Amino acid sequence: MNADAGITTLDLSTTELREVNETLQSARPGNRRYEIVNTRGAHAIAVGLDAPIEVTVKGSTGYYCAGMNKQATIRVEGSVGPGAAENMMSGTVIVDGDASQYAGATGHGGLLVVKGNASSRCGISMKGIDIVVHGNIGHMSAFMAQKGNLVVLGDAGAALGDSIYEARLFVRGEVASLGADCVEKEMRPEHLDLLADLLAKAGADAKPEEFKRYGSARKLYNFNIDHAGEY
Amino acid sequence: MDQTPPTLPRQSWTFSNETNSEIRRAAATGIYDIRGGGAKRRVPHFDDLLFLGASMSRYPLEGYREKCETSVTLGTRFAKKPIELKIPITIAGMSFGSLSGPAKEALGRGATMAGTSTTTGDGGMTEEERGHSKKLVYQYLPSRYGMNPDDLRRADAIEVVVGQGAKPGGGGMLLGQKITERVAGMRDLPVGIDQRSACRHPDWTGPDDLEIKILELREITKWEKPIYIKVGGARPYYDVALSVKAGADVIVLDGMQGGTAATQDVFIEHVGQPTLACIRPAVQALQDLGMHRKVQLVVSGGIRTGADVAKALALGADAVSIGTAALIAIGDNDPKWEAEYQKLGTTTGAYDDWHEGRDPAGITTQDPALMARLDPVEAGRRLRNYLNVLTLECQTLARACGKSHVHNLEPEDLCALTIEAAAMAQVPLAGTNWIPGKGF
Repeated sequence: MNADAGITTLDLSTTELREVNETLQSARPGNRRYEIVNTRGAHAIAVGLDAPIEVTVKGSTGYYCAGMNKQATIRVEGSVGPGAAENMMSGTVIVDGDASQYAGATGHGGLLVVKGNASSRCGISMKGIDIVVHGNIGHMSAFMAQKGNLVVLGDAGAALGDSIYEARLFVRGEVASLGADCVEKEMRPEHLDLLADLLAKAGADAKPEEFKRYGSARKLYNFNIDHAGEY
Repeated sequence: MDQTPPTLPRQSWTFSNETNSEIRRAAATGIYDIRGGGAKRRVPHFDDLLFLGASMSRYPLEGYREKCETSVTLGTRFAKKPIELKIPITIAGMSFGSLSGPAKEALGRGATMAGTSTTTGDGGMTEEERGHSKKLVYQYLPSRYGMNPDDLRRADAIEVVVGQGAKPGGGGMLLGQKITERVAGMRDLPVGIDQRSACRHPDWTGPDDLEIKILELREITKWEKPIYIKVGGARPYYDVALSVKAGADVIVLDGMQGGTAATQDVFIEHVGQPTLACIRPAVQALQDLGMHRKVQLVVSGGIRTGADVAKALALGADAVSIGTAALIAIGDNDPKWEAEYQKLGTTTGAYDDWHEGRDPAGITTQDPALMARLDPVEAGRRLRNYLNVLTLECQTLARACGKSHVHNLEPEDLCALTIEAAAMAQVPLAGTNWIPGKGF
């Protein structure tokens, strides 16, 4: 560990993951800025944080980077493996590169920004998180998405929003196909306002009017045998 | 006048009255039958085993004088804070939502008084459950309803649920009538809609991924909490071996008699293996990996008596877990509600429409009037009493076999009444030295 100019540097080539995470998990308000170097694709970097600190991850990571984050702002100067910011509760996670599968899975709150592309199942089972992807997202994204907002500046893969509940999906580009019970919906003024706010927070250069909104048709909310073929 | 003696009307074994009633129900509704509970069909079970007891070559222990220990420690492999239990019987995971708040409180009270743990379920951790459970295992499920890092840290152990015995490979469904404002709020979903619990985890597939997921859970909880993996009784040898590989501290193995809050009857009765058939392959996997007693094995699915507990331990389990029996102990299917069961078209002992939320006993419901019928304090006492009896019975059998700790029970103490049970439990058929599959 090295502290310089108010930034504490944690080197994963010389420091155990447990010590790195312990340092971040026990961070106090007086020591608010950290950077992690020599990530070498390690898993579970900066997980379970619960303080308003700023963490910069210099390099690409493995699975579950920033998992279950609360309060912290975590920036990854690279790409992330599967499950980045999974089950995030609050705070902000920014990925400068691409994200593998399940980015933002089951997240309850906070903001996840992916500057590149996100792979399949982005926002799966999301429960209140906001996700903004500057590029494209893969298939089965927002599967069983419950709450929150998924914004995609590029294209969406097949079966977007399959079995979706109350989450809102905004896509600027093409949608390969919609999943069961997911339909295009009217873009009302409150949605344009919401979108403008999310785009601004995510540093995205796009106009809300360029997007289409998708959400649940709510036909599968209560089991009906006549709809069995739609699942 | 000659009269030909009449032949009695003959019912078909294949098309029994029960089978025919299901055909008629299916024809009328167009949908499969959904119910709670575990497999009801007769399958080889612990009843098909007997203890041999002490004899010329074995010394018994004096029942009222000599000690027979029952304590068990779960999570000794990696966790900094393993769970120490006074008895080898835990309460299985059952969700708030499927069960009422008072029922969850009663389970916590009873388990705590008996010195054991209880377990959350789908839908997250409730205050009444955490508050009344000295040792609480937090289930980490595919739906992740109510999942948050604070509750992970408040738990005494974490159980990653891969499957359950009633429906290996299946998810769940909590029907809208049980989705009150509180239940819906905990699950981040609208009130009154059917809530599907996914059959697969959203952010990992397979044991290689699970190993990394467990690393994340350990990092978030500072490597303090024991991590259990719960699997349904499908392929016990490989499921246990892969769970060890994935980094489990404890493996919970649930046979097909294990209950569920709700799923298709066809799933409950036709998928998975009987509990009895699962134990020996699971123990074999642990032994082959040098992990028996290092990674603890908890067996569940149809445990009812101290004899069942003792037999499961003798076959190599470290502990057992009970769900259905615990519900019965606190008042489920009690004959005092017979008139109301009749109104629901069922009878005491057969009531299994737990998903409909109309449970006369106030256990599998969210209806305030029905819930109020269950006194959690009294129900907790009943569960404590029942757990004490299971423990005393298990000790009685262990002493009769000369064991000073229930974990000293072993397959050699058993014989089987049927060829099937002998094959599954890998103990000799009574009166012979024959273990089917092991030669003569």
